[in-house]
Amino acid sequence: MDVERQLRVQDLLARYADSLDQGRFEEWPEYFTEDCVYKIISAENHEQGLPLGVIDCDSRDMLRDRIMALREANIYEDHRYRHILSTTLIKDADDTGLRAETSYQVTRIMRDGDTMLFSTGRYLDRIVEQE
Amino acid sequence: MPDALSNSNPVLDWPDGGNSRVPYRAFADPAVHAAEQERIFQGPTWQLLCLADEVPNPGDYKTTFAGETPVVVTRDENGDLNAFENRCVHKGALVCLKNRGNARTLTCVYHNWVYGLKGELRSAAFQKGVKGRGGMPDDFRVENHRLRPLRTAELCGLVFATFSDQAPTLEEFIGPDIVQRLQRVLNRPLRILGYHTQNLNNNWKLYVENVKDTYHAGLLHLFFATFKLNRLASEGGVVIDPTGGNHASYSKRSTIHANAEYDESKLRASRDDYRLNDPSLLDAYDEFGDGINVQILSVFPNFILQQVENSIAVRQVLPKGIDKTELNWTVLGFADDDERTTKMRLKQANLIGPAGYISMEDGAVGAFVQRGIPGALDETSIIEMGGRDHVSQDTRTTEASVRGFWAAYRAQMGL
Repeated sequence: MDVERQLRVQDLLARYADSLDQGRFEEWPEYFTEDCVYKIISAENHEQGLPLGVIDCDSRDMLRDRIMALREANIYEDHRYRHILSTTLIKDADDTGLRAETSYQVTRIMRDGDTMLFSTGRYLDRIVEQE
Repeated sequence: MPDALSNSNPVLDWPDGGNSRVPYRAFADPAVHAAEQERIFQGPTWQLLCLADEVPNPGDYKTTFAGETPVVVTRDENGDLNAFENRCVHKGALVCLKNRGNARTLTCVYHNWVYGLKGELRSAAFQKGVKGRGGMPDDFRVENHRLRPLRTAELCGLVFATFSDQAPTLEEFIGPDIVQRLQRVLNRPLRILGYHTQNLNNNWKLYVENVKDTYHAGLLHLFFATFKLNRLASEGGVVIDPTGGNHASYSKRSTIHANAEYDESKLRASRDDYRLNDPSLLDAYDEFGDGINVQILSVFPNFILQQVENSIAVRQVLPKGIDKTELNWTVLGFADDDERTTKMRLKQANLIGPAGYISMEDGAVGAFVQRGIPGALDETSIIEMGGRDHVSQDTRTTEASVRGFWAAYRAQMGL
């Protein structure tokens, strides 16, 4: 096992989740390439080969727009998230990058303390090295 | 008149003010909820079950609900659609335990009672006993039993059903004006792009009210208004059928212009400096050739067809107890869409669904009401925008179709 690579990937994902959990949302798009794909899709749709995502973005600018809408436009009650990530499985690594799979659980804590399991699933990531 | 409606003690006292006043008890009283299951969801109404394309081949089945009653839809050996209650006639267990599948027969796992695709009982295990002992009485006949059927009808590829023999035909129930607007959108073979399931922490009627409420769109949804997809000032209106229960609201994007009411009142929704970094989200085209960029259509009690630009979906609203609702979205394109069109629809789908830029508030606002009313069950809402009747209007600054919902509701409930 390439221990250094494993740790670098897990460090990247830990920082990524931390930006969301700590409310530094403007940092979040910067973890993606300019021409990234960010898609949240239900297991049901994914397994049936249906393309519909809950969120479906194909540029970093679309992610920035998500954050801008969250900050400026959309209406919701105060709440916060807490991500718990599994150890990452690295697959298909080569010179151009790697594929990684990580299970996650996200809890949502409402303003009155009400805490619920908000989402559970796995990240199917394509990670590339970029300056 | 069915017995339930001749009950001299109505389940809910309706206040003065007709359909412009709705008692909050309607959203919180379990007795109201129980009566709705009987009088509305098992009564003479038509409810969406699925799309015909979801059960294309003989033996295909899909499970869903009519109100809170579990239902199976099948395609039988003759290619006909059938729907029946998903409840074994023996002991009441669910017969189908999968969301969808294909089978020649349906078997209850509890005691191996076997049903055909039309819901008819084929056999009961050990009917003749074992080694001459046990068994059903001699006068037991499988042909005397079947899963309780629903009447089905198909319109524009959608499968609707009713438990009632008294319900008019589906097209009569919807009415010609609304049928025409349904056919306007679902005008050719469909392609299913995927599903959303959303749990709402509110009574089902609060969501249906929201769908029929043309007054709130530009006020609650800042995203919508800011990008000039929809403003009350734009040309549009609402069409309501005579029962009040069915409606279609529409707006035309091309007629949007700067509007004094918005600018002077400094509404949240009037920021004009707000621009997307990647506006490809809003790439859209006038695919129906009439300039209508948003059409929201509903059929009483719980069917919705949405056209938001080129994002098309049907929604099924399922009550899950007095204060919980399941909202099932089936997001659609057309069989003749090219790759570019499909991609456009998928990108526009960021506007809708549980995380949609414009739909997310609709998923929350019903719960704001549900949590607002516990101390006020004998108080009422005020539904007077656009008058007190429920007739079609050429403005969306109205709550006419919300009043229409309550007119139809009271008629079905005998209130």
